[in-house]
Amino acid sequence: MDVLAHAPAVEQGPSLRQRLAAKGFDAVTLLVVPAAVFSLLLFVYPFAFGFVLSFEPKGGGEWLSNYRRFFSDPFLYETIAKTLWLAIPVTLLNLLLAIPIAFRVRLMRHQRLLTTILVLPITLGTVLVAEGLLNYLGPQGWFNRTLMTLGLISQPLKLVHNYWGVFASLLITGFPFTFLLTLSYVTGIDPALEQAAATLGASAWQRFRHVYLPLLMPGLAITFCLSFVQAFSVFPSAVLLGEPAGPTRVISIAAAQAAFEEYDYSMGAAIAMIMGVVQLAIVVAVLASRGLFYRGPASGAKG
Amino acid sequence: MIRDTTLGAKLWAAAVWATVGFFVVNLLAMIATVVTSSFATRWLGTWLPAGWTTRWYSSAWSEFQLWDVLMVTFQVIGAVVFISGVLGVTAAYALARRDFPGKKLLVLLFLLPLMIPSMTFGIPLATVLYQTGLAGTFWGVVAANLVPTVPFVILVMIPFIEQIDPKIEAAARVFGANTFKLFVHVLLPLLMPGILAALLLVLVRTIAMFELTFLVAGPTSQTLVVALYYAVFAAGVRAVQSIDAMAVIYMVTTLVWLIIALRFVNPTQIVTRAKQQPAH
Repeated sequence: MDVLAHAPAVEQGPSLRQRLAAKGFDAVTLLVVPAAVFSLLLFVYPFAFGFVLSFEPKGGGEWLSNYRRFFSDPFLYETIAKTLWLAIPVTLLNLLLAIPIAFRVRLMRHQRLLTTILVLPITLGTVLVAEGLLNYLGPQGWFNRTLMTLGLISQPLKLVHNYWGVFASLLITGFPFTFLLTLSYVTGIDPALEQAAATLGASAWQRFRHVYLPLLMPGLAITFCLSFVQAFSVFPSAVLLGEPAGPTRVISIAAAQAAFEEYDYSMGAAIAMIMGVVQLAIVVAVLASRGLFYRGPASGAKG
Repeated sequence: MIRDTTLGAKLWAAAVWATVGFFVVNLLAMIATVVTSSFATRWLGTWLPAGWTTRWYSSAWSEFQLWDVLMVTFQVIGAVVFISGVLGVTAAYALARRDFPGKKLLVLLFLLPLMIPSMTFGIPLATVLYQTGLAGTFWGVVAANLVPTVPFVILVMIPFIEQIDPKIEAAARVFGANTFKLFVHVLLPLLMPGILAALLLVLVRTIAMFELTFLVAGPTSQTLVVALYYAVFAAGVRAVQSIDAMAVIYMVTTLVWLIIALRFVNPTQIVTRAKQQPAH
């Protein structure tokens, strides 16, 4: 209000308030302020704080020593490879399964039952899935029992407390996520485009390869990124279903241990930053390769 | 609709459905295992347990102090839903109705917490909360959980608000309504279905939100999912059935809200955190 007190400025033209309103700043715009402040305080500030903290090692020393320690200690730097070794195969498998299934489900009239069942593992969360799989895939569980009854194996397979346990849990929680995202992209493409291709004599494979796939590629790239980033930050199932000291010591375990078991917040922040950088690198690489594919409308509106 | 009738196409369709069936059967069997085990007296090396009992529920209830945990869980969820509703809807309204410099940057700021996994920003966030002394308290857990839910509400609500005709608001203004009256008497009733859907999604997601709660919760501010994690983590200390009973209580809590939510929202909305950004 005291801005208006500067009378000379007001007389010469529109008031500051009017000028701001013309740019889109008025009382309504101010409604965004609480959420923005909140986001700055609890999201941007911690990130910046963690970034700075990661260069201030707990035991003193030079500013890069946390990162130097990470990349010189095999117990730490190997977590990146271990996490990638889990996250990339799972994400690719999820995507490869999701595409044909999404194409099939798109033709279904009652999709809701299937999507509801698939949404179950996501709503139940990773902890419950880990707990359930511990019983289900265990040596006495129904899965091994069924395989043995069918005569496929003679000894129970070891499926928990190792790589495959974590793999299975990432598949169960990750597949629905990947699938439902893919489905939303597949249904977003106008079926008229496929019908046009079919009229011109394209086989099913040709229609997929030359009509759908190019249109889907950008969506699939985003789906890959979102699913990958989820799988890369796997935590509860790697602890509960894997070998948190061995092959499934993923990077989030290393970060959580450093910060909240050794109380070395600086090291924890450094590992979290490394985690973010690796995720970002993969996401940027995938999204950059998107530029190689078709970009444009897929809704096929008539001109 | 194109129908392929060749043998190859039929085999392919059969293979696809078999994969879906395999997945769904394993998923349901996994859930059934937990439920069966929670009612089992002794279950070792057989298809079904030796006998049935409900005593694990009462033992889990007292062992894990589930009453306290449930109370904390619902208080946290209530606070998260309320605050993210207030902050999210107001911000979404401003973003939907006004164009101002820096708007794109702001939307990006709200998009990031949804794209970045909670484990990545959770560790620096928890560090800050520990240093301010908020971690371990009720409000620390609420604050951490709000980080992804406020942006979620904003991004769900923006398209919903955009589809409401601004002339209705202009009419209310003409009749002398101030911003507050406009919100309460005009916008809120119109937006109710969207707000309800967004908040139910927040609720379902917050019950299952493990990482952020795990990183900042103290002994008195654990939610159900974190308590379940610690129970499974310390497996061997307690009977498996007791942990499974707790898991069933957790499942029931989640599923009740999921069923309510599914009456109002499309299941795919639970996954796609918000309206997907068009792929440009």
